[in-house]
Amino acid sequence: MELLWDGIKEAFFLIVSGDQEIWAITWLTLKVSGVATAISLLIGLPLGTWLALRDFTGRGCLFSFINTGMAFPPVVVGLWVSIFLWRNGPFGDLGLIYTPTAMVIAQIIIATPIVIGLTIAALQQLNPYLRIQLLGLGASRLQATFALWRESRLLLLAALMAGFGSIISEVGASMMVGGNIKDQTRVLTTAIVLETSRGRFTVAIALGFILLLLAYLVNFGLTVVQQRTTRSKDIQ
Amino acid sequence: MKNQYNLNHKDTGKPFTFKILIFVIAVIILTSCSGTNQSENPPPQPENDQIILATTTSTQDSGLLDFLLPDFQAQSGYLVKTIAVGTGKALKMAEDGNADVLLVHAPAAEQELVGKGYAIDRQLVMHNDFVIIGPPEDPAGIKGLTSATEAMMKIMNSNSVFLSRGDDSGTHKKEIAFWNDLGEVPGGDWYLESGQGMGATLRIASEKGGYTLTDRATFLANQDIVDSKVMVEGDSRLLNIYHVMVVNPEKWPQVNYPGAQDFAAFLLAADTQAKIGSFGIDRFGQPLFTPDGGKTEQDLGIK
Repeated sequence: MELLWDGIKEAFFLIVSGDQEIWAITWLTLKVSGVATAISLLIGLPLGTWLALRDFTGRGCLFSFINTGMAFPPVVVGLWVSIFLWRNGPFGDLGLIYTPTAMVIAQIIIATPIVIGLTIAALQQLNPYLRIQLLGLGASRLQATFALWRESRLLLLAALMAGFGSIISEVGASMMVGGNIKDQTRVLTTAIVLETSRGRFTVAIALGFILLLLAYLVNFGLTVVQQRTTRSKDIQ
Repeated sequence: MKNQYNLNHKDTGKPFTFKILIFVIAVIILTSCSGTNQSENPPPQPENDQIILATTTSTQDSGLLDFLLPDFQAQSGYLVKTIAVGTGKALKMAEDGNADVLLVHAPAAEQELVGKGYAIDRQLVMHNDFVIIGPPEDPAGIKGLTSATEAMMKIMNSNSVFLSRGDDSGTHKKEIAFWNDLGEVPGGDWYLESGQGMGATLRIASEKGGYTLTDRATFLANQDIVDSKVMVEGDSRLLNIYHVMVVNPEKWPQVNYPGAQDFAAFLLAADTQAKIGSFGIDRFGQPLFTPDGGKTEQDLGIK
């Protein structure tokens, strides 16, 4: 238990002292996971919406695949992405292995099924007549889609948070495709693995607290947005 | 007409999915029932039948432990839980009483642990050696050198990429010792710290066209999947010496001391030593480790 307390103190010290390396690692973590979340949103939101609003054969089957994708183990994603990006792999010439870009790619693959799956769920819980009514009232397909998104924004923001949460806490893929190279691809989770393997548990625990704090701040921001929109809706 | 707006939520996939689910569960249940193959001579059952072995990634990654442990488990009835980590963590585990026995290769740090009283019965088990590997193009021009420090100086002066483990492992400590001998503190764009195990670091070195210091066993086990070649070998300072140590039960009464002693004795037994000396010949044409049971470091030419 003393170890945990030391870890908290160390975390506080690392943050306050403005340790260069810790800041760089934290910033890279935020950048990689932030970009990956943004791109998975750009892919997942339209795709999820499209799938939720269409009826076609094999729909249930496809949804079950997407929902399985939400449980993709990051190490498996990491392995697959590595095989593609290694120099002797099909995309080896791009020289992306062991770069932050490779980590973003892996994290997009992890987060996108989550965003798609939760977007589908968010839109399917709306009253199906809503869209027909919107179209009947003369809204264009695009306008109707935006109206549906506004209507389900609580759940869509939850989808965003789930996507971000899954990749900022992910270690297997980042370790494999990033390589945990100091000053280049070391992020908080891989640094925690390293410090643990070094036996420097206090630092590892401190990094864990910094990671939690980072995740908390991002989710706090998103939650504020989420809850504010609800309240203004209640007033109207 | 096809229902364009998805008014009714009928889920045509459901009964089919359900059948698949039933099938999968049935398969799992059936397969888990079979395969309980009772051996004819059950091994002895020690009171505390679990041993935690803290060891370096190299013994695990090379496959040596997979080769030796089944024998030990069958003979003694102990179940060995291998925790393969960097030497830094392995030693820390012993210090914290989280391991029963150690098989590691960082002599200076080991002696310190013994000095502090956390580990006892330190005995030489075997050695293999480190090699400096690098890309076939050899931009630093070190191929064939016999001095490890000279080679590392050349790598540094030519700004060739060098991969450091950077994880306080035995291999990392060895590398740092060389830099210390040179009186240099490596740093810059050419010096990359992976913070990972030897296998992953070799892969990164190969992908980046860089040099690295590696134990020969892990290199041989990975040589088919990396482009790197051996550049420097044979320097007596490149010897990689493995000792077995038992965690001191006077410091940590909850450790499995009898099990740890049995394991250490097993490693030093003649049969095991012979097996260590033969390990790897079938796959690599040369043994990966040289058995040293009963010898001392002086015998290996180290003061």
